[in-house]
Amino acid sequence: MAGESFLYQFNALTGGLFLLCTFGMVATRQVQGCMRFFILQSLFLAASAFLLGIHPVLWGLLAVAAINVVNKPILVPWLLRRTIPEEIHTRREISQVLNIPAALLLALAIAVGAYFLTLPWVNLAGTSAAGVNIPIGLAALLLGAFTLTVRREAVPQLLGLLAMENGAFFTSIAIAPELHLLVELIVAFDVLIAVFVIGVLTRAIHKQIGTTQVGALAALREESSR
Amino acid sequence: MTVFAIVLLPLLAAVLCWIPAVGKRAAAPVTFVSSAGLLALTIHVTARVVVLGKVVALANWVEVDSFGALILLLVSSVGVLACIYSLGYMPKMTHDSSILHHYYGNFNLFIFSMVLVPVVVSPSIEWLAVEFTTLLSVLLVGFESNSEALEAAWKYAVLTLTGAAIALFGFLLLFWAMQKGGGGSYTWAGLAAVAAKMPPVVLKTAFLMILVGFGAKVGLVPLHTWLPDAHSQAPTPICALLSGVETTAVLYVILRLMPIVRPALGGAIERWALIFGLLSVGVAAFLLIQVHDYKRLFAYSTVEHMGIILTAAGFGGAAAHYGAMYQILAHAATKSFCFFAAGAVLLLTGERDIASIRGLMQRSRVAGSALLVGALAIAGAPPFVVFLGEFLILRAGLSEGRYVAVGLLAVFLVVAFFGILLHVNRMVFSRVAGEARVLTEPEPPTGEEIEGEERLGSPPWISVSLTPVERPTGTASAHLAEALEAMPSPTASQVVRAEGHSSGPGASEAHPASLEASSASSSPSSVRTRTDGLSAPPVVADPKFPSGFAGGLPWPCVLTLLLAAIPVVVFGVYVPHPLYELLSRAAAVIGG
Repeated sequence: MAGESFLYQFNALTGGLFLLCTFGMVATRQVQGCMRFFILQSLFLAASAFLLGIHPVLWGLLAVAAINVVNKPILVPWLLRRTIPEEIHTRREISQVLNIPAALLLALAIAVGAYFLTLPWVNLAGTSAAGVNIPIGLAALLLGAFTLTVRREAVPQLLGLLAMENGAFFTSIAIAPELHLLVELIVAFDVLIAVFVIGVLTRAIHKQIGTTQVGALAALREESSR
Repeated sequence: MTVFAIVLLPLLAAVLCWIPAVGKRAAAPVTFVSSAGLLALTIHVTARVVVLGKVVALANWVEVDSFGALILLLVSSVGVLACIYSLGYMPKMTHDSSILHHYYGNFNLFIFSMVLVPVVVSPSIEWLAVEFTTLLSVLLVGFESNSEALEAAWKYAVLTLTGAAIALFGFLLLFWAMQKGGGGSYTWAGLAAVAAKMPPVVLKTAFLMILVGFGAKVGLVPLHTWLPDAHSQAPTPICALLSGVETTAVLYVILRLMPIVRPALGGAIERWALIFGLLSVGVAAFLLIQVHDYKRLFAYSTVEHMGIILTAAGFGGAAAHYGAMYQILAHAATKSFCFFAAGAVLLLTGERDIASIRGLMQRSRVAGSALLVGALAIAGAPPFVVFLGEFLILRAGLSEGRYVAVGLLAVFLVVAFFGILLHVNRMVFSRVAGEARVLTEPEPPTGEEIEGEERLGSPPWISVSLTPVERPTGTASAHLAEALEAMPSPTASQVVRAEGHSSGPGASEAHPASLEASSASSSPSSVRTRTDGLSAPPVVADPKFPSGFAGGLPWPCVLTLLLAAIPVVVFGVYVPHPLYELLSRAAAVIGG
């Protein structure tokens, strides 16, 4: 059907933008920018769910789209602003383990790897939506983990974590649209609790050591300082 | 109905603790009542599971089978003990007692998350429950709010939540595999029904992702790095829960998956379990040797034991699965006891460093012997419960024909045995450094003793002070440790023989006098009367330690140690029939 292939082309475009936002999270130098890319990424996840669920109408996917529009772009930033002192939002540079070009190159390698890793599943799924969503979802999962390891700042690490969950759901909307709505709801709830707990912890760290550079926390190891 | 009560009771207690008017006054009693009630309810449910095989509270959502009942029983037992321990421990160790009701509130939430894991049967809710065990314990790990505790909490949160996100991907793939295999309800039973029809290419990745993702939470190498930090920096009652039952509760999910993926993937599952298991045991056994902090010592031992249980699951066969279940029980009982003992030492000394603690037995009989018994038990010395578990596992591995894996496991177990006892032996028996320096002129001690000590690598002044006379050999366990030092390379069975030997004629001559010496350790003259030409150093009373039986430990801590010691000792020699039933049925669950 023409309408359907049109939707799938849109979905492919959405997938590309979703991946681009994930790269943006690796590339950006500011906490605020990282947050904006995360919000955009969540919106593209919602868009993809909407495109896959509108024709034929799958209420589960439309609900996923609605949950994602409300939860991550609105509730998560609100919760972060409530729990974490304002100053870290205005902070400029994020300290990184790798410089940004090197991190981007590695990220590219990860994305290409994810594509080849998922080839057998794409063949198994056999739909064109799966061809877009499975590799991009896995790439986002791995890139989220990568962001976690190269960033030394608390908020970007948290956002990397949430990007991983976005990646998992980006895949699942294409391969498992029958997933119980309850699962979506509890994961959304779980994301909020995770943000709250990590926010409280970050505030405690900021109070104790005066910075949110969690990479600077490296006292616990076997070689005793004594 | 009872199952719902089990889940809701800790939640209710948490709410009560968080209400300031109630929490500020009665957080501790509320927590105690809730934990005790939880244990009673759990015993009730477990008894019904033993009789009926399964308790269904809400079909396809909340059900308890034998394996779940085992985990539930362990969580609530260790929960009660940790609660009693908290009553004595927390007021002494917290700098700000006005926020103690936050501790109890979080404590109840943490218990809630852990009882949720074994009662839900839908893998997606299971994922949420495991995620909750992290989220609701992060603030407990960082409760002491110093930079070390916060660092540990941060590492714990980030690494285990990353693992959970990977596992989430695995669970979504698993759901997809089930749809491809014919669908049905997304529960353990529904998955098992279509197990053989699921596409292996998806199933393999799903299982690996869950193994790696939740493996991070269990503490499997190479994602174990957060575990020694979190399990050493948290308040001690929380360490007992984290190490004793939280790791096990997550391992429960991995083990539950094994019968589901086995029909489609065959022996590959066993191979992965063996590789991850042995890697964890091996790495942890060697890391054990070089720790500086005794709580980290027990934390690494948790990594080791998780590896042992996974290895046992990897051996395959009903006997090995029974061994795995027995080891789960043994580890939960023993590791929580070890942490209670370690917490007693921390209460008495305020030191985490192994090197700064010497001669514990002289200061407090309770703390010293608890630490020693804990170390022997967790290292796998008979007649304690872990020995029986490890023995069952090794024997089952041999009968399955996995000789290389059994050999490696045995070597790692021996390395870990020495690693643990090397540190604990010094803490319990050697003299405090300050006392040894009183010596003006070191005199040569008897040959055997100095050899024994030098082999253990102590500095010379310690071996000088360690003449047989001054050593507090008043207890049987002291003989055991003495025998350990004197043996060239004791294995577990040799230790027992040595124990029997040293309490024979050779020791009977030294026994009464050394008892006297230890009971009157503050009077040097009574010690000197026993020396054969050796002058004993004068013993200086250290004001930091009030010496004596309990050494100033709060009574709830002593009570916890006594209660926690019961299963460690009893289940090593006698397994009651209902427990045997429960364990063997739980083994059948992971056998498929």
